[in-house]
Amino acid sequence: MSDKDPAPLKPNRPKLALHVPEPPFRPGDTPDFSSINIPAAGSAPRPDTSAAADDTHPLTTHLVRVLGEDHKAVGPWDPKLDADTLRKMLRDMVTVRVFDDRMYRAQRQGKTSFYMKSTGEEAIAVAAAAALSQEDMHFPTYRQQGLLISRGYPLVDMMCQIYSNKGDKLLGRQLPVMYSDKAHGFFSISGNLETQFPQAVGWAMASAIKGDSRIAMGWTGEGATAEGDFHAALTFATVYNAPVILAIVNNQWAISSFSGIAGGEKATFAQRAKGYGIAGLRVDGNDALAVYAAVNWAAERARSNNGPTLVEFFTYRAEGHSTSDDPSGYRPSNEAKAWPLGDPIERLKAHLVALGEWDDERHAAMQEELSAEVRGAQREAEKKGTLHSASIDFPQDVRTMFSDVYEEMPWHLKEQQQEMVDELEAKRRWPS
Amino acid sequence: MAVMNMIQALNSAHDVMMERDENVVVMGEDVGYFGGVFRVTEGLQKKYGSTRVFDTPIAENGIVATAIGMAAYGLRPVAEIQFADYIYPAYDQIVSEAARLRYRTAGEWNVPMVIRSPYGGGIFGGQTHSQSTEALFAHVAGVKTVIPSTPYDAKGLLIAAIEDNDPVLFFEPKRIYNGPFDGFFDRPLTPWAKHAAAEVPEGYYKIPIGQAAVVREGEDVTILAYGTMVHVTLATVRELGIDAEVIDLRTIVPLDIETIERSVQKTGRCVVVHEATRTNGFGAELSALVQERCFFHLEAPVQRATGFDTPYPHSLEWAYFPGPVRIGTAIRKAMEV
Repeated sequence: MSDKDPAPLKPNRPKLALHVPEPPFRPGDTPDFSSINIPAAGSAPRPDTSAAADDTHPLTTHLVRVLGEDHKAVGPWDPKLDADTLRKMLRDMVTVRVFDDRMYRAQRQGKTSFYMKSTGEEAIAVAAAAALSQEDMHFPTYRQQGLLISRGYPLVDMMCQIYSNKGDKLLGRQLPVMYSDKAHGFFSISGNLETQFPQAVGWAMASAIKGDSRIAMGWTGEGATAEGDFHAALTFATVYNAPVILAIVNNQWAISSFSGIAGGEKATFAQRAKGYGIAGLRVDGNDALAVYAAVNWAAERARSNNGPTLVEFFTYRAEGHSTSDDPSGYRPSNEAKAWPLGDPIERLKAHLVALGEWDDERHAAMQEELSAEVRGAQREAEKKGTLHSASIDFPQDVRTMFSDVYEEMPWHLKEQQQEMVDELEAKRRWPS
Repeated sequence: MAVMNMIQALNSAHDVMMERDENVVVMGEDVGYFGGVFRVTEGLQKKYGSTRVFDTPIAENGIVATAIGMAAYGLRPVAEIQFADYIYPAYDQIVSEAARLRYRTAGEWNVPMVIRSPYGGGIFGGQTHSQSTEALFAHVAGVKTVIPSTPYDAKGLLIAAIEDNDPVLFFEPKRIYNGPFDGFFDRPLTPWAKHAAAEVPEGYYKIPIGQAAVVREGEDVTILAYGTMVHVTLATVRELGIDAEVIDLRTIVPLDIETIERSVQKTGRCVVVHEATRTNGFGAELSALVQERCFFHLEAPVQRATGFDTPYPHSLEWAYFPGPVRIGTAIRKAMEV
């Protein structure tokens, strides 16, 4: 190499330039989302669930919305839910928010290592759970605690997992919020992103192989759609016409990277459905009724062997990525307030009020009741301990470290198990 | 009993298990109508239908991921990765998912899945059809790694792998699919028909995972090998007239340490043979274990005869391959002190 830059080989051609996507607003900017096209509620057509995939593709640049500015449900996607179902969804969403606030605070109090809230995204998991059967299997990622709460999973058990305490059925092996519960149709969460997406397709394929009627729903954030596993999931889903719903929760932010870094600048995430020849929907993720209607549509399609659906839930991550993240370092602090799709809980509440099925007093009373319920669950959970990081008085029997690596423990793990027991004994006597 | 080569024995294992257990499904690139590029799955789709034996897209991550999903549902998928050299896109799914699911859910879920893959060189496959990848999986807690060396073992071990409730990597030494290659590339190949282990029962039988086989008893040196190298080692000691004890490991995780210890304590000398690259190869682990557990019985340092630390070269294959000369040199070194 010479000291000087080499002369361009073709000096008459324009210099190439690399495009590195930048979000529209950074800290200090005033967020203005008026350029985002928000179609009116009720304006999206609703194709038949057996329609050709192509017929759904106009919806991948539209936005399925049911709740209008006047808080009424309008248009062909209105799922026409009864008031009890609506109130149950509202209650579950508020539970998620109260639970999140409580556990966030518990982490700040040093009771656990880590927590992830789903603030602003509560409608998505809660309404999706309501739209599917209890027997259907979810392959979630880490902001779908609403699935468990909606399916009635005990809050105490969730908290015990978060605390990795004696009550944690996962024996303290998983990072907080990486729940698993087969009985509630909730597949074990992996910290490796996107791996669960093609696994959901495999589960759905198995259900079809066996002539079962259960379907699967895979979940991802928009950021992890960049992984190769996303492509594998969509390819296998279309090849085998798998009875699966593949959901992308586009909350705009993957830690500090805005959706443009995942490929969201030039096409919507829902538009990817077209290339695979599968149905695609783009849905207002802050509109519980639209979420319910879309999942219900995709479920009906899957159950009648009309194939998979890719659904993008358009939403906004109102808080940090996790307790280890401070979003003020990369986005304006008031962006969530400027977000044009509003707060999902407020919108559903306003709808129930508009129907004459809810009011502020009842809402305040419910909020009070749920706060007490969550506090009570927390007290219960804390009786079984919280995470202590600087002690060898572990909440679990330390020997369990070696169980479940295999069904039966091989000799080398038995030997290492004994080594560990001896080592801890020596630690207690140290340095003698 | 029937005389089978390794391909026929593996095919028979699939057939037996698909017949016995309707949850067994077979998937992979070209495994369906065509029956696999090495013909291991020939005839299965015709017999069991295309929802139990099917071709997959060329996406190893997708093959393993969907197999994990099927296992989570309750099936027993047997997934073929066409060549071990192509397994890397699936590595995350194997290491982070299949290997961990039982552990991270405290036993609530498990992955009864077999990943079969032809491995090893000696077929002029170049660097993308010749690799021995077993050490990459032996390093991972939560998966088992099995490598047969005869038709009889191949069938019995594959049946055991399919019945196992944990994920099993099942590496097939493709150089010996059709005959027990002895490493003398310049001599004609003996077909399996002339080998005692080509007598294979047509029905169901199992060889337990985690059990080695002493394939030649001897007094002077212990040689640890698996796959193709078992036969190359046997030919080498035969030609050199060495009274070696040759152990076919058959499973590398979990390892049959007792058989190894017993033999090395008897002979006082040990040579480890594998085709994979040397550095951090499984021979390093074997050497360390023998040193830790049999040090006071050892008369000489443990020797290794392995592939070189280079990619597998196409035209120089027979310079790369750890054949009788390299193995013989290692044995002599282990015996000269």
